[in-house]
Amino acid sequence: MSHLLDKLRYFKAHKEPFADGHGVTTDQDRSWEQGYRQRWQHDKVVRSTHGVNCTGSCSWKIYVKDGLVTWETQQTDYPRTRPDLPNHEPRGCPRGASYSWYIYSANRLKYPKIRGQLMKLWREAKALHSDPVKAWESIISDPVKAKSYKERRGLGGFVRASWDEVNELIAASNTYTAKTYGPDRITGFSPIPAMSMVSYAAGARYLSLIGGNCLSFYDWYCDLPPASPQIWGEQTDVPESADWYNSNYIIVWGSNVPQTRTPDAHFLTEVRYKGTKTCVITSDYSEASKFGDTWLAPRQGTDAALAMAFSHVILQEFHVDNPSSYFTDYIKRYTDMPMLVMLDGSGEHLSQGRFLRAADLVDQLGETNNPDWKTIAVNAADQRLTSPNGAIGYRWGEDAAKWNLEQKDRQGELDLMLSLKDNHDELVEVAFPYFGGAPHEYQYFQHTDHADIQLRKIPAKRVQLADGSTALVATVFDMMLAHYGVDNGLGDESRAKSFDDNVPYTPAWQEAITGVKRADVIRIAREFARTADKTRGRSMVIVGAALNHWYHMDMNYRGLINMLMLCGCVGQSGGGWAHYVGQEKLRPQTGWAPLAFALDWQRPPRHMNGTSFFYNHSSQWRYEKLDMSEVISPLANKDKWSGSIIDFNSRAERMGWLPSAPQLGVNPLGLAAEAKAAGVELKDYVLQQLKDRKVKFACEQPENPQNFPRNMFIWRSNLLGSSGKGHEYMLRHLLGTKHGLLGKDLGGFGGKKPEDVEWTDEPAEGKVDLFVTLDFRMSTTCLYSDIVLPTATWYEKDDMNTSDMHPFIHPLTAAIDPVWEARSDWEIFKGIAKAFSRVCVGHLGKETDVVTTPMHHDTPAELAQPYGVKAWWKGECEAIPGKTMPHINVVERDYPNTYARFTSIGPLLESIGNGGKGIGWDTKEEVEFLRKLNRTHTAEGANQGMAKIESAIDACEMILSLAPETNGHVAVKAWGALSKITGRDHTHLAKPKEEEKIRFNDIVAQPRKIISSPTWSGLEDEHVSYNAGYTNVHELIPWRTITGRQQFYQDHEWMRDFGETLCAYKPPINLKTVQPVLNKKPNGNKEIVLNWITPHQKWGIHSTYSDNLLMLTLSRGGPIVWISEIDAKAAGIVDNDWIEIFNVNGSISARAVVSQRVPEGMSMMYHAQERIVNVPGSEMTGSRGGIHNSVTRAVMKPTHMIGGYAQQAYGFNYYGTVGCNRDEFVIVRKMDKVDWLDTE
Amino acid sequence: MNFTDMLLFGIYPYIASVIFFLGCLLRYEREQYSWKAQSSQMLDKKYFRVASVFFHVGIIMIFAGHFAGLVIPYEVWSFLGISLAGKQLIAMGVGGFFGVMCFIGMTMLVYRRLFNPRVRASSSTMDTLILLVIYWQLILGILTIFVSTGHMDGYVMKDLMSWSRYLLTFRPAEAIAFMGELHWIYKAHVFWGITLFVLFPFSRLVHIWSVPVGYFGRNYQVVRRRFGDRKA
Repeated sequence: MSHLLDKLRYFKAHKEPFADGHGVTTDQDRSWEQGYRQRWQHDKVVRSTHGVNCTGSCSWKIYVKDGLVTWETQQTDYPRTRPDLPNHEPRGCPRGASYSWYIYSANRLKYPKIRGQLMKLWREAKALHSDPVKAWESIISDPVKAKSYKERRGLGGFVRASWDEVNELIAASNTYTAKTYGPDRITGFSPIPAMSMVSYAAGARYLSLIGGNCLSFYDWYCDLPPASPQIWGEQTDVPESADWYNSNYIIVWGSNVPQTRTPDAHFLTEVRYKGTKTCVITSDYSEASKFGDTWLAPRQGTDAALAMAFSHVILQEFHVDNPSSYFTDYIKRYTDMPMLVMLDGSGEHLSQGRFLRAADLVDQLGETNNPDWKTIAVNAADQRLTSPNGAIGYRWGEDAAKWNLEQKDRQGELDLMLSLKDNHDELVEVAFPYFGGAPHEYQYFQHTDHADIQLRKIPAKRVQLADGSTALVATVFDMMLAHYGVDNGLGDESRAKSFDDNVPYTPAWQEAITGVKRADVIRIAREFARTADKTRGRSMVIVGAALNHWYHMDMNYRGLINMLMLCGCVGQSGGGWAHYVGQEKLRPQTGWAPLAFALDWQRPPRHMNGTSFFYNHSSQWRYEKLDMSEVISPLANKDKWSGSIIDFNSRAERMGWLPSAPQLGVNPLGLAAEAKAAGVELKDYVLQQLKDRKVKFACEQPENPQNFPRNMFIWRSNLLGSSGKGHEYMLRHLLGTKHGLLGKDLGGFGGKKPEDVEWTDEPAEGKVDLFVTLDFRMSTTCLYSDIVLPTATWYEKDDMNTSDMHPFIHPLTAAIDPVWEARSDWEIFKGIAKAFSRVCVGHLGKETDVVTTPMHHDTPAELAQPYGVKAWWKGECEAIPGKTMPHINVVERDYPNTYARFTSIGPLLESIGNGGKGIGWDTKEEVEFLRKLNRTHTAEGANQGMAKIESAIDACEMILSLAPETNGHVAVKAWGALSKITGRDHTHLAKPKEEEKIRFNDIVAQPRKIISSPTWSGLEDEHVSYNAGYTNVHELIPWRTITGRQQFYQDHEWMRDFGETLCAYKPPINLKTVQPVLNKKPNGNKEIVLNWITPHQKWGIHSTYSDNLLMLTLSRGGPIVWISEIDAKAAGIVDNDWIEIFNVNGSISARAVVSQRVPEGMSMMYHAQERIVNVPGSEMTGSRGGIHNSVTRAVMKPTHMIGGYAQQAYGFNYYGTVGCNRDEFVIVRKMDKVDWLDTE
Repeated sequence: MNFTDMLLFGIYPYIASVIFFLGCLLRYEREQYSWKAQSSQMLDKKYFRVASVFFHVGIIMIFAGHFAGLVIPYEVWSFLGISLAGKQLIAMGVGGFFGVMCFIGMTMLVYRRLFNPRVRASSSTMDTLILLVIYWQLILGILTIFVSTGHMDGYVMKDLMSWSRYLLTFRPAEAIAFMGELHWIYKAHVFWGITLFVLFPFSRLVHIWSVPVGYFGRNYQVVRRRFGDRKA
C-alpha cells in the first residue's frame, strides 16, 4: 500500500530464521520487482531480421511496448525439415540479440547532419545564388573554399540540418557534377544486397537512373573466391548448412564455424553424433578446433601446399595405383580431365599451352558454330578426336540443344579417354614452373631448394592441324599427374617414388612449408577419399576467409577444390565446397536486378569493380612496390610483365575485360552534340575519337581532375571503418584530410613509374567533393563524411533478406516507425530523387549518355577473345567494340523525370523481358499483375499507367513477382528457357510449385522456402538439401566454363604467364612495408615484425556491432590485437598492455591479448573494430590510432582482370580484382606513453 | 522580539520541517526510482575517493556534533560533569578538526562538480545547488569557530541549545528570545541550516534516510517470501 508503512510493520513483521540463523525468510515488499518485469512486457511482437553481412539471416521476434522496441528473441516457427534432418531453428546469436541497443543508444543518428564549415559555405552561397547548382559551383570551383571543409573531414564539427536542405545540397552537387564532369563521376558503394535488398536497390536505382556507378563489394571485401569463377564459371554457390548433416567426412578449413556461423553450427555438432568424422585445419587454435577429430595447424598462407599434398595422395592411391571407379567416371564426365591441351614448343622447353579447339583441326572437326570455343578430347573406343557436348561454343549461336553434359558428340555416345598413357605417340619432357623455392624476406615463410622449373615426362599425341602443321597434345589428367609428381609407371625419374620423397607436392615436401606432419597428411587424405569413394561423394570442405584473403587465394582454393573434384564430391548431397564468406546469395536476384539497376527504364547500368576503383582513386598505385616479376612464372616472358599493376588494370579496361569508372576522359553527356556536329553516328564517333586518341579512357589519367570521383554515396556500409584496405590512403587522396601514412610514394623514393598511366609528381588530394553516408549509427565512415543521413534501423523498415546458409526468405518489417527524424533508405533516396528532379531543371534535361561496358560473362560476348591478348591501341588488332574493346552503348536519360521513373515500373520489362545468367524470359504477365497489386500512376506524366513502386513494400512485391525463386510461374518459364539451350527438359523441377507465389505478407507470417530456379545450381526440394553443382551433375547442365566442365586447367595466356594453369603452391608475396620504418623512430621498447591477420570478430560481425556497448562489455571495451606468448615475451609485452602496430601504410593503437591461441609470428586483429571507441593516439603518427586496415594497402593480381574469355569474363561481383590483405607484415611494439589526445 | 527573527527562527523552522517530512514521505512513496545517491564516481575517478571519504567522514561527525549540542539537553552534560566552557572547547576542537577535513573534501568535490566537463555535463541544477549550499554552510560553520573564540564561557552555546529546546517543544516565542543577541554569523548559519532541510527532499540528500545500517546486523541470506505465500 505504502512503501513507508510497509517498512514500519515492526510488530507484524514475520521473520523465520533458517540455517542456524545464517538466513532468514521475510515477507518484505516485493513490488519493486514489477519494474524489472515491466521491462520485458510488450504490446506486440513483430517479425524482422538483421540486415547485416553475417550470412545468418535469422528470423527474430521484435517486442514493442509503448511504441518502443524493448528487446528481441529468436523466432521458432521455421517450416520443419524432413525426417532425420534436424530443424533449422532456433537461429540467432548474442550479437543479434544485442541489436535493439542501437535504436535508442547515444550512438544513434537522429537528424541529418552536415559538417559546420560546409553548412556555412552553403548558406552563404545560397544567399548569393538562388539556383542551388550555381551555389554549389561557387563553393567547389573555389579551391580555398573546397579545401576548407575537405580538410576538416573526420575532425568533428557536425551540425544538425533539415532534410530539405541536405537533399537540395546533394541534388545540386549531383547535378553540377553530372553536367560538368559527367554522371559517371558520381559513385555509390553499398554491399551485399541480400542483407536488405530494397535498401540496396533504393540507392542503386537512383544512381542508375542518373548514370552513376554502382561499385561491387564481394570482390572488394575479398569474399569473392576467384577460384570459383575460374573452375565453375559460377560466382559462388555453396551448400546450405543443413547439407552438412548429409556429409560423412568434413574438413573445416580456415573457417571458424561456431564463432562466425553461430546459428548454423548446430548442424556440424549434430552430424558428428551421426558418426561423421571431422578434421579442422586452422593456423590458430580457434573455436572451431575443438570440433575436430583431428586438428591440423599449417603455417598461415601455406594452405595450398597442404591441399596439394592431400591431392598427391588421392591421385596416387585412388586414381593411379588402385583407381576408384566412381572417381574415374566422375572426372571423366564432369571435369576437363580428358580434354586435350597443346604443348607449347616456343620456349627452351615444352610448356603447357592452351586447350586444343575444333578450329585448330582440319575442317574444324565439322563444327561451324563457334569452333574457336569447342574443346577436344579423345574417344576411347575409336581413338578419334571429338568435340563433346557442353563446351561453351555450344552455349551460344546455332548449336541449340547441345549445351549439355551428355557424353555425346555429333556422331553419338562417347567414352572419353583420361590418359594417353597406353596410347601415346611420344613421351615428351614438359616444363612445370615451381614457386616454392623463393626465400622470404623475414624468413617467416619457409622455402624448399627445388629448381624453379620442374621437368616431367608426359605421354603426348601428335595431331594434324588445319594450317598444315602438327601439334603435341596431352590430356589434363596426364598433366595433373605429372605436375603433382605422381608416379604413373612411365619410368619418369623426376616423380616421387613414395610419399616420403621430397619432390614438390608430396606429403614429405610440404612438411618444411606448412609444418604439418606427413603422416597426418597421408591419413586425412586417405580418410577423405575413402569416405567419398564409399558414399559417392559425401566428403565436404567448409572453408572461409582465412584462405581467401591471401594474394594467391586462388591457389589455396583451387588446391582444395581439386581434392573435391578428384573425389567426385562437387554436386553431390553432403559433399563439395562450402565457402561461407559474405552473404552473397541474393536468392530472388533476377527479380531484384531490374529494380536495383533501373533495367525497367534504361540499359545498361554503370557497374564498376570496387577493388580497381579504390586502388585507382585512393592513389594506392602511387605506392606500389610489388613487381610483377616477383609473381609470374619462370617460364613467362619477363619483358611482357614490366608494367606496374595499375598498367595491367588500365589495359584490362581498354581491352573490354574490366569495367571503368569514370569511363571516358571526357563528359559522356557532351559526346552526342559533338557527333551530331560532325555528322557521324554517335557510336562510330566515339570509336573514332578513341582510336585517334582524341578521347582517352579515364583510367589513363587518374590524377586528372576531370577524372576524379567527385560525388560518393555510402550506404549500408562502413567503408572507412571496416572494408577500406589502404584506409590511410583513402583519407589522404580521396578525402584530403588528416592521415597516418608513414611511407613515400614512387616519386618519393625513386621507384619505377607506371608505363601506361600518367604520373604526376604532385599527388591529388581530396578528390571527392561530396561524401554522403547513410547510417543509423555514427560509424567511422560517418565521421569522415560531409553529410550524414540518419537511416532506419532493421526494426524500423520493410525489406527482405536471404542467405546462402538456408533456403528461406525473411522480411525486415517496421516494428516501429523510424525514431527521431530517421527515414528508411528507400525513402531517403526517393527524397534525393525528388530534389534532384527539381534542381536539375535548367541544367540537365533529356540527355544522351555514352556508356561503356566490358564483355560480360553469361552473354555471347564471353566468347570475345579466344586466342592471345592484343592491344588495339598499339595496333595489334582492330578496335572492335564488344570484341577487342568495351561495348559502346547509347543510353537516353530523362533527368527531370528521375523521380517519376524511380517510383514506377518502366516499359522495358514488357518490351524486352527479364532474365539472368544467360537466359531470358517474357515477363509481361508479371508486370500486368503488379499494375493491379501496386496500382498505377494516374496523373499525367512520364509514368502514367505504370505500376507504382512508392513504398518499400511495393518494391518487395516487384522483386517477389518477377523472381523465379518466389513465383512458381516464372520459375517454370525460366527452366523452360534453359531447356531450350540444353535440349533437356528441366521444367519438372518447378512444375510442382508452379502455382506457388510468395507475397510480402506470406514471409511476414512465416519464413518461406524458395522455389528452385536455374539462377542457382542446386535445388530447393523436399528430398535433397541445397547443394551447389547439384543440377550440373544430376540434370547435366554444363558449368559455365570453356569446356562446360569443372576446370582443373586454366589456359588463358595470362594464367599461363602466372604459372597457374594447374594449381601450384605460391608463397605469400612481399609487400615491403616494414623496412622503411623499422627502428626508425624508437620509443625505447623493442620492435618485432609479425604477419598481420584480420579475421572475423567474435564480438561483432562485419560492418556493425563493434561499438555496441553490450558487446564491448563482453570483450575488452575497445580495439584489441592478439599475439602469441613467445612474441609477447620477446617484445616485453604482457597481456592488456597498450601496443602500437605500424608499417609504411599507417599505424594502429590497441591493447594486446597475449594468448596461446596464436602461433608465433602471427598477430590477429578482429576486423572492423571502430576507431571511435577507446582508441588512444599513435606515437608514430601523432594522431589517433587507425583501424585494422590502416596498416594495409590493396594489391591486385592481373589474372583477376582477365576478360572476354568464357568463365574468365567480367560480371558484377562475379569476377574481377579482389582486395586481399593477409600477406601484410607489421611492426609491433609496446607503447611508451598512452596519450588520449583529449584536447584534439 | 523583532519580526524578522520570529519569521526566520520561529516560524520558518516549522515550515521547513513540514516540507522536509512531507516532502521525503511523498518522494519515497511516489518516486522510488529517484531515491538514490546519484554517485558520479564512474564518470571520473581521479581523487574522487579521497574527496568523498573526507567529505562524508567530516560531515557525519559534524552532524553528530550538532545533534549532541542542540538536541541533547545541557543537563545531561552537567550531569556528566562537563561544564559549558568545557563543552564549547570540545565542540570547537572536534568541530574544527572535522570541519577542516570536510572542507578539504568538499573543496575537491565542488571543483570537480564545476570544472570536470563530464561531471558537469551530467549534473542537474539541484546537484550543483545542494553541493554549493552545503559548502557555504560549512564555511559559515567554520567561521563561527573564530567568532566563538571571543566568548569562551560557553553561554552562546547555551543560548543556541535553549533555542532548539524551546523550538522542539513547540514554544517558538520563547525560543527566538535566545537568538536576539547572537552574532550574525550564528544567525546565518542557523538560517542556512534550516534551509538545508527545505532542500533536502528535492535533492540527492534523501539517500541519508537509506543508510544501510541494517547490513551490520543482518543475516547472511535474506529470502523474501512471495506475496500471499506466507505460512499460517
